Amino acid sequence: MSDVPDFTLIPAEGGDTLVLTGAMVVSRVGPLDMRLRAIATPLAQIDLAGVTTIDTVGAWLCCRLSRDTGAAIINADDVAQRLIKALQAVDDGVTDEPVQALPTWLRVPSEVGDAVVGMGHGTIGVLGFIGQIVMASGSMIRHPGRIRARALVHQMELVGVNALGIIGLMSFLVGIVIAQQGAVELRQFGAEVYTVNLVGRLTLRELGILMTAIMVAGRSGSAFAAEIGTMKLTEEVDAMRTIGVSPMEALVLPRVFATVLMMPLLGVYAALMGIIGGAFLAQLTLGIPFISFIARIRTVVPVYDVWVGLIKGPVFGLIVALAGCYQGMQVESNAEEVGKRTTAAVVMAIFTVIVLDAFFAVFFSEVNWG
Amino acid sequence: MTALCRAPEYTVSGDADAFPIRVRGLRNEFGDYVVHDDLDLDVRRGEILGVVGGSGTGKSVLMRSIIGLQTPVAGSIEVLGQSITGARDDADIAIRCRWGVLFQGGALFSTLTVAENVEVPLREFYPDIDLRLLAEIAHFKVRLTGLAGDAAVKYPAELSGGMRKRAGLARALALDPELLFLDEPTAGLDPIGAAAFDQLIRGLQQTLGLTVFLITHDLDTLHEICDRVAVLADKRVIAVGTIPELLALDHPWIQSYFKGPRGRAAASVRHLD
Repeated sequence: MSDVPDFTLIPAEGGDTLVLTGAMVVSRVGPLDMRLRAIATPLAQIDLAGVTTIDTVGAWLCCRLSRDTGAAIINADDVAQRLIKALQAVDDGVTDEPVQALPTWLRVPSEVGDAVVGMGHGTIGVLGFIGQIVMASGSMIRHPGRIRARALVHQMELVGVNALGIIGLMSFLVGIVIAQQGAVELRQFGAEVYTVNLVGRLTLRELGILMTAIMVAGRSGSAFAAEIGTMKLTEEVDAMRTIGVSPMEALVLPRVFATVLMMPLLGVYAALMGIIGGAFLAQLTLGIPFISFIARIRTVVPVYDVWVGLIKGPVFGLIVALAGCYQGMQVESNAEEVGKRTTAAVVMAIFTVIVLDAFFAVFFSEVNWG
Repeated sequence: MTALCRAPEYTVSGDADAFPIRVRGLRNEFGDYVVHDDLDLDVRRGEILGVVGGSGTGKSVLMRSIIGLQTPVAGSIEVLGQSITGARDDADIAIRCRWGVLFQGGALFSTLTVAENVEVPLREFYPDIDLRLLAEIAHFKVRLTGLAGDAAVKYPAELSGGMRKRAGLARALALDPELLFLDEPTAGLDPIGAAAFDQLIRGLQQTLGLTVFLITHDLDTLHEICDRVAVLADKRVIAVGTIPELLALDHPWIQSYFKGPRGRAAASVRHLD
């Protein structure tokens, strides 16, 4: 096919003549480019008489060859001349070398180093952010008129009320699983009746609030990061500042307070749903009547178990909301970052919640609430 | 005058060479709101066609229909001899490598540098191009649009609005298209920058032999670089022609558009030159 671009070298005194033929267009010149780069002999002339069509990429190849070898371009038609002239005018001799990736043995330590430095900055950033929240809360307490009640209620609806369905279903199923698994083990000792203790204490102390925190982190923490992050990208946060609205007061505080307030409520609700799930299963497979199960919960679960759950609730809520809002406010440049920050918010929230839960477990057993 | 008011009928489907864009009987509607009804338009090869119309007359919708982003309710659109409206899905529109589009805000990929933005269409269509050549192409395309070479390694967020438009233009030109769609290229630029951008478009159009479909509100752009102007009103193209031809028409919107205070100013500057 004559359209495939090709070249021949005609040797001559004082330098070869390079004769280019075919269609010098972007769709065709890929292979030709590598062969042209391989030419080692000095060139005096580049002959374009055989070129059928040419576009800027083809013209660029001629332009580059002519620049690098000092060869003159001859027999160019009008289009080729026009293109080559335009390219010569903008050619600044600079070629951006494609960025070479570091070799693995360098990349691993470099990435570990970046991660450590990033963690350091992150810690300082989070501390600073907590400070900002404390200050904003302080100024809000001094000027109660600035409290954004509507935003707060709206966020409470999003974080709390709208989560009732999914958290209820999840806790109900978890309650069933605990009762089922517990009953299987306890039956070996003939102690099936202790399933009630197991379900009651586990859901009220640990699982109710922990599962809720994880669900809220996934539902609301991620939403906080994505919402605030997108608002940063579209300069809505800057616009707020210029109007005199503090993004801290308008965006962060309502979300933080809503989550802190709703988390213990959701935690208790989750625990109750878990107990109902357990009672439901006990009725079906263990023959313990539903009402007896509930009544027995009152006698076997110490009241401080409820307090343990209630104390953890606001703390976990604070962590989830902080992580979401902090990561959202860190978004600076582009859409990819919103995604990364959202992921980071959820990971940070769940990880911190679980670490703190371990601390709480040790703490409460030390104060004889175990 | 009737010939101007109504785009002439070309029923022979062989003149894609003379008319790279042919729109017939286009109808677009959003819910109950009809944007276009029975709209006809022909764009001639090698011209810069300016598209004007009041806000909400569907200039952008027309462009989106032509490039296949918006499926019209009725009508046919042929671009470079290929039917856009007949395409069943995106992949059927095989002529994407023959047009370039500059969106209003530039629409650069924010996670990529300017050079990488230019390389995206090249990598997509021609995977056999060597990395070094890719970098060279990206570099000279960026330089062709009047940016300094060091802008190529920057991210869109680091560029000013005008630079972003130029970078968007570089990406639109990446594949050496025959057709160039520009959506308000000079909106938001200062007058000097806008004039420079006009000249850039004119220069590139002549150098690269482009056919340009240009949506604009900028009267200076219309006077300076457009070969013909299409006026959108009453849900269709009410007239296509050079500005003097349009001025001869007795349509109130056209009269107030070109003869309003801004229109007169743009025209008088043109006469002073």
